[in-house]
Amino acid sequence: MPLFERLYNFAHWLTQDREEAEDLVQETYTKALRGFSSFQPGTNFRAWIYQILRNTFLTSRTGLKSASISLDEEGAQQNLPVANATPETILLQRSDQQLIQEALGRLAVPYREILLLCEFEEMSYQEISTTLAIPIGTVMSRLSRARRALRDTVQQMRKD
Amino acid sequence: MVMSCETWTEKLDAYFDGELSPEEARTLNDHLRQCATCAAEGLRRLQQKRVVQAAAQRFTPDPVFRARIQKKIASPRPMLWGRRWLSVLVTVTASVLIAGLLVTLQRNRRSEQQLLSELVDQHVTTLASANPVDVISTDRHTVKPWFEGKIPFTFNLPELQGSPFVLVGGRVSYLRQSPGAELIFRVRQHQISLFIFQEQGLNDVGENESLRTALSFEVRTWRHHGLRYYAVGDVGAQDLNQLSELIKAAS
Repeated sequence: MPLFERLYNFAHWLTQDREEAEDLVQETYTKALRGFSSFQPGTNFRAWIYQILRNTFLTSRTGLKSASISLDEEGAQQNLPVANATPETILLQRSDQQLIQEALGRLAVPYREILLLCEFEEMSYQEISTTLAIPIGTVMSRLSRARRALRDTVQQMRKD
Repeated sequence: MVMSCETWTEKLDAYFDGELSPEEARTLNDHLRQCATCAAEGLRRLQQKRVVQAAAQRFTPDPVFRARIQKKIASPRPMLWGRRWLSVLVTVTASVLIAGLLVTLQRNRRSEQQLLSELVDQHVTTLASANPVDVISTDRHTVKPWFEGKIPFTFNLPELQGSPFVLVGGRVSYLRQSPGAELIFRVRQHQISLFIFQEQGLNDVGENESLRTALSFEVRTWRHHGLRYYAVGDVGAQDLNQLSELIKAAS
Protein backbone atom coordinates (compact mmCIF):
# COMPACT_ATOMS: atom_id res chain seq x y z
CA MET A 1 0.00 0.00 0.00
CA PRO A 2 2.50 2.71 -1.06
CA LEU A 3 -0.25 5.32 -1.29
CA PHE A 4 -1.06 4.54 2.33
CA GLU A 5 2.28 5.90 3.55
CA ARG A 6 1.85 9.12 1.59
CA LEU A 7 -1.72 9.55 2.80
CA TYR A 8 -0.52 9.05 6.36
CA ASN A 9 2.30 11.56 5.93
CA PHE A 10 -0.15 14.11 4.51
CA ALA A 11 -2.66 13.40 7.29
CA HIS A 12 0.01 13.83 9.97
CA TRP A 13 1.09 17.16 8.46
CA LEU A 14 -2.53 18.34 8.50
CA THR A 15 -3.41 17.19 11.99
CA GLN A 16 0.06 17.53 13.58
CA ASP A 17 -0.86 14.60 15.78
CA ARG A 18 -0.21 10.86 15.34
CA GLU A 19 -3.48 9.57 16.74
CA GLU A 20 -5.55 12.09 14.84
CA ALA A 21 -3.67 11.23 11.66
CA GLU A 22 -4.39 7.51 12.16
CA ASP A 23 -8.09 8.23 12.71
CA LEU A 24 -8.13 10.40 9.62
CA VAL A 25 -6.50 7.79 7.39
CA GLN A 26 -8.76 5.05 8.73
CA GLU A 27 -11.85 7.13 8.09
CA THR A 28 -10.59 8.00 4.62
CA TYR A 29 -10.27 4.34 3.67
CA THR A 30 -13.65 3.54 5.17
CA LYS A 31 -15.26 6.33 3.19
CA ALA A 32 -13.40 5.33 0.03
CA LEU A 33 -14.66 1.76 0.36
CA ARG A 34 -18.20 2.88 1.05
CA GLY A 35 -18.29 5.53 -1.63
CA PHE A 36 -16.32 3.76 -4.32
CA SER A 37 -19.35 3.83 -6.60
CA SER A 38 -18.91 7.64 -6.74
CA PHE A 39 -15.44 7.24 -8.20
CA GLN A 40 -15.62 7.65 -11.96
CA PRO A 41 -13.25 5.28 -13.79
CA GLY A 42 -10.83 7.18 -15.95
CA THR A 43 -10.66 10.11 -13.53
CA ASN A 44 -7.79 10.72 -11.15
CA PHE A 45 -7.86 8.16 -8.31
CA ARG A 46 -5.14 9.92 -6.34
CA ALA A 47 -6.91 13.29 -6.41
CA TRP A 48 -10.16 11.52 -5.44
CA ILE A 49 -8.74 9.81 -2.34
CA TYR A 50 -6.81 12.93 -1.23
CA GLN A 51 -10.03 14.90 -1.63
CA ILE A 52 -11.79 12.44 0.69
CA LEU A 53 -8.99 12.72 3.25
CA ARG A 54 -8.99 16.49 3.14
CA ASN A 55 -12.79 16.80 3.36
CA THR A 56 -12.75 14.41 6.32
CA PHE A 57 -10.06 16.52 7.96
CA LEU A 58 -12.05 19.73 7.43
CA THR A 59 -14.98 18.29 9.37
CA SER A 60 -12.77 17.22 12.28
CA ARG A 61 -12.21 19.45 15.30
CA THR A 62 -8.69 20.43 14.23
CA GLY A 63 -9.87 20.95 10.67
CA LEU A 64 -12.75 23.19 11.68
CA LYS A 65 -10.31 25.40 13.57
CA SER A 66 -8.03 25.69 10.53
CA ALA A 67 -10.96 26.54 8.23
CA SER A 68 -11.60 29.74 10.18
CA ILE A 69 -8.28 31.23 8.96
CA SER A 70 -8.78 33.87 6.28
CA LEU A 71 -6.14 34.05 3.58
CA ASP A 72 -7.24 37.18 1.78
CA GLU A 73 -5.92 35.87 -1.51
CA GLU A 74 -8.42 37.21 -4.00
CA GLY A 75 -6.85 39.12 -6.82
CA ALA A 76 -3.38 37.79 -6.11
CA GLN A 77 -2.96 35.92 -9.36
CA GLN A 78 0.69 36.66 -9.84
CA ASN A 79 3.79 36.12 -7.79
CA LEU A 80 4.58 38.70 -5.23
CA PRO A 81 7.62 40.89 -5.71
CA VAL A 82 10.86 39.38 -4.56
CA ALA A 83 11.77 40.40 -1.05
CA ASN A 84 14.66 42.81 -0.60
CA ALA A 85 16.97 40.21 0.85
CA THR A 86 19.75 39.02 -1.41
CA PRO A 87 19.67 35.45 -2.73
CA GLU A 88 22.50 34.51 -0.38
CA THR A 89 20.53 35.43 2.73
CA ILE A 90 17.33 33.67 1.71
CA LEU A 91 18.71 30.63 -0.05
CA LEU A 92 17.31 27.61 1.73
CA GLN A 93 19.80 24.81 2.20
CA ARG A 94 19.28 21.09 2.46
CA SER A 95 20.94 21.28 5.86
CA ASP A 96 18.00 23.46 6.94
CA GLN A 97 15.67 20.44 6.89
CA GLN A 98 14.67 20.60 10.55
CA LEU A 99 14.09 24.34 10.31
CA ILE A 100 11.96 23.88 7.18
CA GLN A 101 9.90 21.17 8.85
CA GLU A 102 9.22 23.41 11.80
CA ALA A 103 8.37 26.32 9.52
CA LEU A 104 6.00 24.13 7.48
CA GLY A 105 4.27 23.12 10.70
CA ARG A 106 3.80 26.78 11.61
CA LEU A 107 2.13 27.71 8.31
CA ALA A 108 -1.64 28.11 8.06
CA VAL A 109 -3.19 24.81 6.95
CA PRO A 110 -4.22 26.06 3.45
CA TYR A 111 -0.60 27.08 2.77
CA ARG A 112 0.85 23.91 4.27
CA GLU A 113 -1.45 21.57 2.34
CA ILE A 114 -0.93 23.25 -1.04
CA LEU A 115 2.86 23.16 -0.61
CA LEU A 116 2.71 19.47 0.27
CA LEU A 117 0.48 18.64 -2.70
CA CYS A 118 2.67 20.59 -5.12
CA GLU A 119 6.21 19.94 -3.86
CA PHE A 120 5.92 16.52 -2.26
CA GLU A 121 3.04 14.87 -4.08
CA GLU A 122 4.09 16.64 -7.28
CA MET A 123 0.49 17.11 -8.29
CA SER A 124 -0.23 19.24 -11.34
CA TYR A 125 -2.13 22.48 -10.85
CA GLN A 126 -5.17 20.69 -12.30
CA GLU A 127 -4.91 17.86 -9.74
CA ILE A 128 -4.49 20.35 -6.90
CA SER A 129 -7.48 22.26 -8.21
CA THR A 130 -9.57 19.05 -8.08
CA THR A 131 -8.29 17.99 -4.67
CA LEU A 132 -8.82 21.35 -3.00
CA ALA A 133 -11.91 22.27 -5.05
CA ILE A 134 -10.51 25.69 -6.00
CA PRO A 135 -9.96 27.29 -9.44
CA ILE A 136 -6.52 26.97 -11.06
CA GLY A 137 -5.97 30.73 -10.73
CA THR A 138 -6.39 30.39 -6.97
CA VAL A 139 -4.01 27.40 -6.95
CA MET A 140 -1.33 29.62 -8.51
CA SER A 141 -1.87 32.60 -6.25
CA ARG A 142 -2.12 30.47 -3.10
CA LEU A 143 1.03 28.56 -4.00
CA SER A 144 2.88 31.79 -4.55
CA ARG A 145 1.76 33.13 -1.19
CA ALA A 146 2.51 29.85 0.55
CA ARG A 147 6.07 29.86 -0.78
CA ARG A 148 6.57 33.41 0.31
CA ALA A 149 5.04 32.67 3.74
CA LEU A 150 7.45 29.76 4.18
CA ARG A 151 10.45 31.93 3.29
CA ASP A 152 9.29 34.65 5.67
CA THR A 153 8.73 32.13 8.46
CA VAL A 154 12.19 30.63 7.97
CA GLN A 155 13.79 34.07 7.97
CA GLN A 156 11.92 34.99 11.12
CA MET A 157 12.97 31.75 12.81
CA ARG A 158 16.60 32.41 11.87
CA LYS A 159 16.39 35.83 13.50
CA ASP A 160 14.79 34.47 16.71
CA MET B 1 8.43 41.10 -28.13
CA VAL B 2 11.06 41.62 -25.39
CA MET B 3 9.81 40.72 -21.93
CA SER B 4 11.07 42.37 -18.78
CA CYS B 5 12.80 40.43 -16.01
CA GLU B 6 9.77 41.04 -13.81
CA THR B 7 7.58 39.21 -16.31
CA TRP B 8 10.04 36.33 -16.48
CA THR B 9 10.25 36.13 -12.69
CA GLU B 10 6.48 35.80 -12.50
CA LYS B 11 6.72 32.68 -14.63
CA LEU B 12 9.51 31.02 -12.64
CA ASP B 13 7.26 29.06 -10.26
CA ALA B 14 5.15 27.67 -13.11
CA TYR B 15 8.39 26.85 -14.95
CA PHE B 16 9.79 24.77 -12.09
CA ASP B 17 6.35 23.23 -11.45
CA GLY B 18 6.33 22.02 -15.05
CA GLU B 19 3.25 24.05 -15.89
CA LEU B 20 4.57 26.15 -18.78
CA SER B 21 4.03 25.13 -22.38
CA PRO B 22 7.15 23.63 -24.04
CA GLU B 23 7.56 26.80 -26.08
CA GLU B 24 7.33 29.10 -23.02
CA ALA B 25 9.67 26.84 -21.04
CA ARG B 26 12.25 26.92 -23.84
CA THR B 27 12.09 30.72 -24.11
CA LEU B 28 12.39 31.16 -20.34
CA ASN B 29 15.25 28.68 -20.28
CA ASP B 30 17.07 30.74 -22.93
CA HIS B 31 16.53 33.87 -20.86
CA LEU B 32 17.88 32.20 -17.69
CA ARG B 33 21.09 31.39 -19.52
CA GLN B 34 21.61 35.04 -20.35
CA CYS B 35 20.32 36.87 -17.26
CA ALA B 36 22.29 36.44 -14.04
CA THR B 37 19.60 38.13 -11.91
CA CYS B 38 16.79 35.86 -13.08
CA ALA B 39 19.11 32.83 -12.92
CA ALA B 40 19.93 33.62 -9.27
CA GLU B 41 16.23 34.03 -8.46
CA GLY B 42 15.51 30.79 -10.32
CA LEU B 43 18.19 28.96 -8.36
CA ARG B 44 16.74 30.25 -5.10
CA ARG B 45 13.25 29.05 -5.99
CA LEU B 46 14.50 25.70 -7.20
CA GLN B 47 16.46 25.23 -3.98
CA GLN B 48 13.37 26.02 -1.93
CA LYS B 49 11.32 23.54 -3.94
CA ARG B 50 13.88 20.79 -3.40
CA VAL B 51 14.34 21.53 0.26
CA VAL B 52 10.59 21.45 0.91
CA GLN B 53 10.27 18.25 -1.09
CA ALA B 54 12.90 16.57 1.09
CA ALA B 55 11.59 18.02 4.36
CA ALA B 56 7.97 17.04 3.64
CA GLN B 57 8.79 13.33 3.91
CA ARG B 58 8.60 13.29 7.67
CA PHE B 59 5.95 11.00 9.16
CA THR B 60 5.86 7.21 8.88
CA PRO B 61 2.85 5.16 9.92
CA ASP B 62 3.18 2.74 12.80
CA PRO B 63 3.45 -0.92 11.58
CA VAL B 64 0.57 -1.92 13.88
CA PHE B 65 -1.63 0.75 12.32
CA ARG B 66 -0.58 -0.35 8.83
CA ALA B 67 -1.55 -3.95 9.63
CA ARG B 68 -4.93 -2.78 10.92
CA ILE B 69 -5.70 -0.87 7.71
CA GLN B 70 -4.37 -3.66 5.54
CA LYS B 71 -6.69 -6.09 7.26
CA LYS B 72 -9.56 -3.69 6.82
CA ILE B 73 -8.98 -3.35 3.08
CA ALA B 74 -8.09 -6.95 2.32
CA SER B 75 -10.83 -8.65 4.35
CA PRO B 76 -13.61 -9.63 1.91
CA ARG B 77 -16.30 -10.27 4.57
CA PRO B 78 -18.61 -11.98 2.03
CA MET B 79 -21.18 -13.05 4.63
CA LEU B 80 -21.97 -9.47 5.52
CA TRP B 81 -21.44 -7.62 2.29
CA GLY B 82 -22.37 -10.11 -0.38
CA ARG B 83 -20.95 -10.54 -3.85
CA ARG B 84 -21.42 -6.92 -4.91
CA TRP B 85 -19.34 -5.61 -2.05
CA LEU B 86 -16.74 -8.24 -2.70
CA SER B 87 -16.34 -6.98 -6.25
CA VAL B 88 -16.23 -3.38 -4.98
CA LEU B 89 -13.50 -4.36 -2.52
CA VAL B 90 -11.53 -6.13 -5.20
CA THR B 91 -11.84 -3.09 -7.46
CA VAL B 92 -10.81 -0.69 -4.69
CA THR B 93 -7.87 -2.88 -3.70
CA ALA B 94 -6.83 -3.16 -7.33
CA SER B 95 -7.14 0.62 -7.76
CA VAL B 96 -5.06 1.21 -4.64
CA LEU B 97 -2.44 -1.27 -5.87
CA ILE B 98 -2.38 0.24 -9.36
CA ALA B 99 -2.20 3.76 -7.91
CA GLY B 100 0.56 2.48 -5.62
CA LEU B 101 2.44 1.01 -8.54
CA LEU B 102 2.12 4.25 -10.46
CA VAL B 103 3.26 6.20 -7.41
CA THR B 104 6.25 3.85 -6.99
CA LEU B 105 7.21 4.24 -10.64
CA GLN B 106 6.73 7.98 -10.39
CA ARG B 107 8.77 8.04 -7.17
CA ASN B 108 11.64 6.17 -8.83
CA ARG B 109 11.63 8.56 -11.76
CA ARG B 110 11.37 11.50 -9.37
CA SER B 111 14.14 10.13 -7.19
CA GLU B 112 16.44 9.84 -10.19
CA GLN B 113 15.48 13.27 -11.46
CA GLN B 114 15.96 14.71 -7.97
CA LEU B 115 19.44 13.24 -7.74
CA LEU B 116 20.45 14.55 -11.16
CA SER B 117 18.98 17.96 -10.36
CA GLU B 118 20.89 18.01 -7.09
CA LEU B 119 24.12 17.45 -9.01
CA VAL B 120 23.20 20.17 -11.52
CA ASP B 121 22.52 22.49 -8.55
CA GLN B 122 25.99 21.75 -7.20
CA HIS B 123 27.55 22.30 -10.62
CA VAL B 124 25.76 25.67 -11.01
CA THR B 125 26.64 26.67 -7.45
CA THR B 126 30.30 25.84 -8.13
CA LEU B 127 30.31 27.94 -11.29
CA ALA B 128 28.60 30.84 -9.51
CA SER B 129 30.97 30.67 -6.54
CA ALA B 130 33.79 33.18 -6.12
CA ASN B 131 36.02 30.26 -5.05
CA PRO B 132 34.85 27.40 -7.22
CA VAL B 133 37.60 24.97 -6.19
CA ASP B 134 39.44 24.23 -2.95
CA VAL B 135 42.53 22.90 -4.67
CA ILE B 136 43.57 24.90 -7.70
CA SER B 137 45.84 22.97 -9.98
CA THR B 138 46.02 21.72 -13.52
CA ASP B 139 48.31 18.95 -12.31
CA ARG B 140 46.54 15.67 -11.61
CA HIS B 141 49.42 14.65 -9.32
CA THR B 142 48.55 17.61 -7.08
CA VAL B 143 44.76 17.32 -7.20
CA LYS B 144 44.46 13.60 -6.51
CA PRO B 145 46.61 13.54 -3.32
CA TRP B 146 44.71 16.58 -2.00
CA PHE B 147 41.61 14.38 -1.55
CA GLU B 148 43.46 11.85 0.61
CA GLY B 149 41.88 11.69 4.05
CA LYS B 150 38.99 13.90 2.92
CA ILE B 151 36.96 11.25 1.09
CA PRO B 152 36.64 7.51 1.85
CA PHE B 153 37.95 6.28 -1.53
CA THR B 154 40.54 7.04 -4.16
CA PHE B 155 40.38 7.51 -7.93
CA ASN B 156 42.63 7.99 -10.94
CA LEU B 157 42.82 10.97 -13.26
CA PRO B 158 43.87 10.79 -16.90
CA GLU B 159 46.70 12.58 -18.66
CA LEU B 160 44.91 15.37 -20.52
CA GLN B 161 47.75 16.60 -22.67
CA GLY B 162 46.72 16.54 -26.32
CA SER B 163 43.02 16.66 -25.41
CA PRO B 164 40.84 19.80 -25.40
CA PHE B 165 40.27 19.43 -21.65
CA VAL B 166 42.09 21.25 -18.86
CA LEU B 167 41.87 20.30 -15.20
CA VAL B 168 40.98 23.39 -13.16
CA GLY B 169 40.92 21.89 -9.68
CA GLY B 170 38.72 20.08 -7.20
CA ARG B 171 36.64 20.29 -4.07
CA VAL B 172 34.89 17.98 -1.65
CA SER B 173 31.22 17.55 -2.47
CA TYR B 174 28.34 15.81 -0.71
CA LEU B 175 25.52 13.73 -2.08
CA ARG B 176 22.98 12.33 0.36
CA GLN B 177 25.32 13.10 3.26
CA SER B 178 28.16 11.08 1.67
CA PRO B 179 31.40 12.85 0.82
CA GLY B 180 32.81 12.62 -2.68
CA ALA B 181 35.02 14.45 -5.14
CA GLU B 182 34.01 17.19 -7.54
CA LEU B 183 36.61 17.86 -10.22
CA ILE B 184 36.30 20.83 -12.53
CA PHE B 185 37.45 20.60 -16.12
CA ARG B 186 37.45 23.33 -18.73
CA VAL B 187 36.81 22.78 -22.40
CA ARG B 188 36.92 25.93 -24.52
CA GLN B 189 34.69 28.42 -22.63
CA HIS B 190 32.67 25.75 -20.80
CA GLN B 191 33.22 23.99 -17.51
CA ILE B 192 32.36 20.42 -16.65
CA SER B 193 31.96 19.08 -13.13
CA LEU B 194 32.92 15.47 -12.63
CA PHE B 195 31.39 14.07 -9.45
CA ILE B 196 32.67 10.82 -7.97
CA PHE B 197 30.83 9.11 -5.12
CA GLN B 198 30.69 5.66 -3.61
CA GLU B 199 27.99 3.75 -5.42
CA GLN B 200 26.37 2.39 -2.28
CA GLY B 201 22.99 4.07 -1.80
CA LEU B 202 22.94 5.61 -5.26
CA ASN B 203 20.77 3.10 -7.05
CA ASP B 204 18.41 5.73 -8.42
CA VAL B 205 20.12 5.93 -11.76
CA GLY B 206 19.32 2.37 -12.66
CA GLU B 207 21.36 1.85 -15.78
CA ASN B 208 25.06 1.13 -15.86
CA GLU B 209 25.70 4.00 -18.22
CA SER B 210 23.46 6.71 -19.47
CA LEU B 211 23.34 10.17 -20.93
CA ARG B 212 20.56 12.31 -19.53
CA THR B 213 19.46 15.88 -19.66
CA ALA B 214 18.52 17.64 -16.42
CA LEU B 215 17.44 21.29 -16.49
CA SER B 216 19.05 21.58 -19.94
CA PHE B 217 22.43 20.35 -18.67
CA GLU B 218 23.92 17.21 -20.12
CA VAL B 219 24.65 14.58 -17.50
CA ARG B 220 26.62 11.44 -18.24
CA THR B 221 26.83 8.77 -15.59
CA TRP B 222 28.60 5.44 -15.28
CA ARG B 223 29.83 3.11 -12.58
CA HIS B 224 33.23 1.57 -12.11
CA HIS B 225 34.71 -0.49 -9.28
CA GLY B 226 32.11 0.52 -6.71
CA LEU B 227 32.21 4.19 -7.63
CA ARG B 228 29.53 6.20 -9.42
CA TYR B 229 30.69 8.93 -11.81
CA TYR B 230 28.57 11.86 -12.99
CA ALA B 231 29.85 14.35 -15.55
CA VAL B 232 27.69 17.50 -15.69
CA GLY B 233 28.02 20.47 -18.02
CA ASP B 234 26.36 22.73 -20.54
CA VAL B 235 28.49 21.24 -23.28
CA GLY B 236 27.52 18.99 -26.15
CA ALA B 237 27.13 15.26 -25.66
CA GLN B 238 30.27 14.71 -27.74
CA ASP B 239 32.50 16.66 -25.30
CA LEU B 240 30.97 14.90 -22.34
CA ASN B 241 31.46 11.50 -23.95
CA GLN B 242 35.08 12.29 -24.82
CA LEU B 243 35.92 13.35 -21.27
CA SER B 244 34.07 10.34 -19.87
CA GLU B 245 36.08 7.97 -22.07
CA LEU B 246 39.35 9.58 -20.92
CA ILE B 247 38.36 9.20 -17.26
CA LYS B 248 37.22 5.63 -17.79
CA ALA B 249 40.46 4.72 -19.53
CA ALA B 250 42.44 6.03 -16.53
CA SER B 251 40.30 4.23 -13.92
